[in-house]
Amino acid sequence: MSEHAPLTAADLHEVVVTVNGVARAARVPARRLLSDLLRHELRLTGTHVGCEHGVCGACTVLLDGEPVRSCLTFAVMVDGARITTVEGLAGADGELGPVQRAFRECHGLQCGFCTPGFLLLATDLLARRPDPTDDEIADALGGNLCRCTGYVNIVRSVRRAAALAAASTPGAPGDPDRRDGPDATDGAEEAP
Amino acid sequence: MTTRWFGEKVERREDERLLRGAGRFLDDAGHDALAVAFVRSPHAHARIRGIDAGAALDVEGLVAVYTWDDLPGRLADPLPLLIPHPDLTHPRTQHALARGEVNHVGEAVAMVVAVDRYVAEDAADRVVVDYEPLPPVVGIDAARSAEHLVHADVPGNVAAVTTQELGDARAAIAAAPRVLELDLAMERSLSSPLEGRGVHARWDADDGRLRVRTSTQTSTGVRAAVANILGLPDVAVEVVTPDVGGGFGTKVVHPYPEEVLVPWAARLLGREVKWVEDRFEHFVSATHERGQQHHVRVGFDDDGTILGLQVEFWHDTGAYAPYGIVLPIITATQLPGPYRHRHYRVTFTSLYTNTVTCTPYRGAGRPQGCFVMERTIDRIAEHLGLDRAEVRARNLIGPDEFPYDFGMTFQDGRPLIYDSGDYPALLARVRELVGWDGFAAEREAAAGEGRLLGIGLACYVEGTGVGPYEGGHVHVETNGRVMVATGLTSQGQGHETVFAQIVADELGVDMADVYVTTGDTRRFPYAVGTYASRAAVMSGNAVALAARAVRAKAIRIAADALEAAAEDLDIEGGVVHVRGTPTRGIPLSQVAVLSNPLRYSFSKEAQAATQFAAPADPDVPPVSDGDEPGLEAREYYSPVRSTFAAGMHAAVVAVDPDTGAVDVVRYAVVHDCGPLVNPMLVEGQIQGGVAQGVAGALYERMAYDDAGNLCNASFMDFLMPYLSEVPTPTIAHLETPSPLNPLGIKGAGEAGVIPGSACLAAAIEDAVGVRIDRMPISPPELWAALAVRQPDGSGAGG
Repeated sequence: MSEHAPLTAADLHEVVVTVNGVARAARVPARRLLSDLLRHELRLTGTHVGCEHGVCGACTVLLDGEPVRSCLTFAVMVDGARITTVEGLAGADGELGPVQRAFRECHGLQCGFCTPGFLLLATDLLARRPDPTDDEIADALGGNLCRCTGYVNIVRSVRRAAALAAASTPGAPGDPDRRDGPDATDGAEEAP
Repeated sequence: MTTRWFGEKVERREDERLLRGAGRFLDDAGHDALAVAFVRSPHAHARIRGIDAGAALDVEGLVAVYTWDDLPGRLADPLPLLIPHPDLTHPRTQHALARGEVNHVGEAVAMVVAVDRYVAEDAADRVVVDYEPLPPVVGIDAARSAEHLVHADVPGNVAAVTTQELGDARAAIAAAPRVLELDLAMERSLSSPLEGRGVHARWDADDGRLRVRTSTQTSTGVRAAVANILGLPDVAVEVVTPDVGGGFGTKVVHPYPEEVLVPWAARLLGREVKWVEDRFEHFVSATHERGQQHHVRVGFDDDGTILGLQVEFWHDTGAYAPYGIVLPIITATQLPGPYRHRHYRVTFTSLYTNTVTCTPYRGAGRPQGCFVMERTIDRIAEHLGLDRAEVRARNLIGPDEFPYDFGMTFQDGRPLIYDSGDYPALLARVRELVGWDGFAAEREAAAGEGRLLGIGLACYVEGTGVGPYEGGHVHVETNGRVMVATGLTSQGQGHETVFAQIVADELGVDMADVYVTTGDTRRFPYAVGTYASRAAVMSGNAVALAARAVRAKAIRIAADALEAAAEDLDIEGGVVHVRGTPTRGIPLSQVAVLSNPLRYSFSKEAQAATQFAAPADPDVPPVSDGDEPGLEAREYYSPVRSTFAAGMHAAVVAVDPDTGAVDVVRYAVVHDCGPLVNPMLVEGQIQGGVAQGVAGALYERMAYDDAGNLCNASFMDFLMPYLSEVPTPTIAHLETPSPLNPLGIKGAGEAGVIPGSACLAAAIEDAVGVRIDRMPISPPELWAALAVRQPDGSGAGG
């Protein structure tokens, strides 16, 4: 391409994704980021963009159940996939889910901008490890940035979320100030 | 039983929407707006010989390219000098778009408007700017040498020189039995909120009104500037602050160039226009702070009592000085800390450099002042062979010495007078919390295992709640909702919650019925802004006063309706009732109806206020002299001077001598901001502040090269701590009320960050025996200092 060649609108590509259980379609240029597709085409603005280079993790969504940086993912790559965003974390009845409730109880957010990414990481962690150890929490959340909280209450929130999620289960994990779960040492040996 | 909300760990009102992904941040609206990208300078210092936008015009979807030549009227002038000062002899502020010269990498040169951000960046890439590079001035040493000038008409790169003095420090030091001199420095960092800046503007041609949404810490400040610069009536400009993803100081600067350019373009083009800062732009165009060098002379006696202190320091203000000299003034006036000074002289020089402009970042000059004072005390203790906590104790202002007048002028132009505090109690508590007295044994035990442990302590006093004022509006609607507005903005502090707590108590209503709006000039046009740990003090007291006024009015109206004496009435649970007779009452919603005499009813309840509803005194007008319709009030809180919060941090660190890595083993905080409105939120502020303090001590700095390139302008290279780097502090509170305001409260927003560098430098120095004279310190720097450590302990500190 010569330096002065005209730039024209790129070809558009059809993308069909299931977002929070709802099939959504959009026509996007190949370079459109998944974060922009979610936010500006589908108007799901709960997914936030903090750095656009994959370091802060505010834009984290679950792609076919795995946490990914939506700012490092092209929209055309997710055709046919299932995506969960923060808007999909409330229960079917519209009530806040256990992770969301725990963050409110434990003051796990201040400005709330990084929060959606942490909520999705915590949701993913608890799906794999219902009663995670502190090390497992640190591993799971250790790749996202928060500038407000100093992370203390984010960690407490995840412990509390485990307790809330297990509240109906016998032998539920303890309170948010619990340091390590009873299976702290055993747990590390188990496959995630 | 009356519920009292003040002092309770109330869950936040903000959280429901934020946790659902239903917050409204700047970029969450305006999806159909035109998008802006900026062409920014790649040079630290250059003359602009020409700008050729020809190639950009070929980009499909381009709407406009603007340079300085296109800017009309006052938009072509330099941006406002926000805080003038008589000693700021050479103020320089930037143009909205560079006018012939750029003074830092990242300065905006051209503005590109297009159908979306992708296209705007395509076009921006094709704007060709012909630069003639000029020699850059990078760092304080280069600025002081003045071999080259940032601004050709500013001799010596000096923006300002200021001196303040208490007593006669030079004479006191000359007469002191012992004297030490130190050089201490701190590097640059930046606020780095997770959400960058952003502006969205909509010109309503039918109404002739401009609505600006901006991620700011002062919506009223932006409104005044935009109206003035664009030549619009104030009433035609609305500035609304949406949810803001953190500010930490940098968003109090206004107007940033984008805050006037985007509204101007929206009006010119008749289209919604939006600009959202990307992370690189934040590093090179949102303001920085902290770069200072200090020289200290201190005279003291054999027991460590300070007799005289003389500090000279050099402040890096960056390319421009829109915020005047507030930062170095804060360093100069907060440096004395909680200590008794009879003779203190401070002189500072504010210097221009070809780097990003400096304005307050959380802490705002205090971390540097605290670092200087605390390092000085540590050196006195070392020199005398005394315990560092003991030397502090000997110099602390006593609890019976308040108000304590330094005879100096604080950052708000008012006298520097500490209002209240109990510093010895803070020191005793932090010693206990960190295990100061038993530490020698702990260190010895660790040494036996090959671990280098050290302990450090740092104390600070923080002027909070600075004026000039804030206001509050409380309005009980006829549906019973209590609508509260205050003009200052929120960036995650939880103001919707704490102001609702305060109003609920003052008015006697359930907190669930109170709805708080902040930072919207349509709801409250007079305000200053959110900075300097002032929001809870200023707006908290303002909404309390407004709620008291509404309460008085409600009781007056209800007394008439109930045919009772006003002094016999109380308000509980939203009902005005006769004390001791809960059944004889009237809900505030109905009092609101009665407060507004009606011609036309709008509901069954409202019929009570119509003209034939009830007999009235025929000689008294329906709205009496001096009264107003509506159950509402607007009040202002304007303090005579600042309140002064205080605190002390102590840390135990372990240093790995093989790598220079520092592990924070324990971190203790004792904090006194007066009565806590919501302890959960105050602890959150401290935890977040401590994280930023640790970040500033061990990780974060702006890595400029000699050419003025910012070499770490991304989250990959700027080491903002993750969960794994941040300690969990142990926190204790003292609550010494302020005598200066009705609620007795002091601010808490910045406290956590202030002593971080001072405390950790002391702990690291204690662990390794190498002097730490500049912060931050990285593992390679510490390792290098250890490698050249001299037997007498004098190393190449930091």
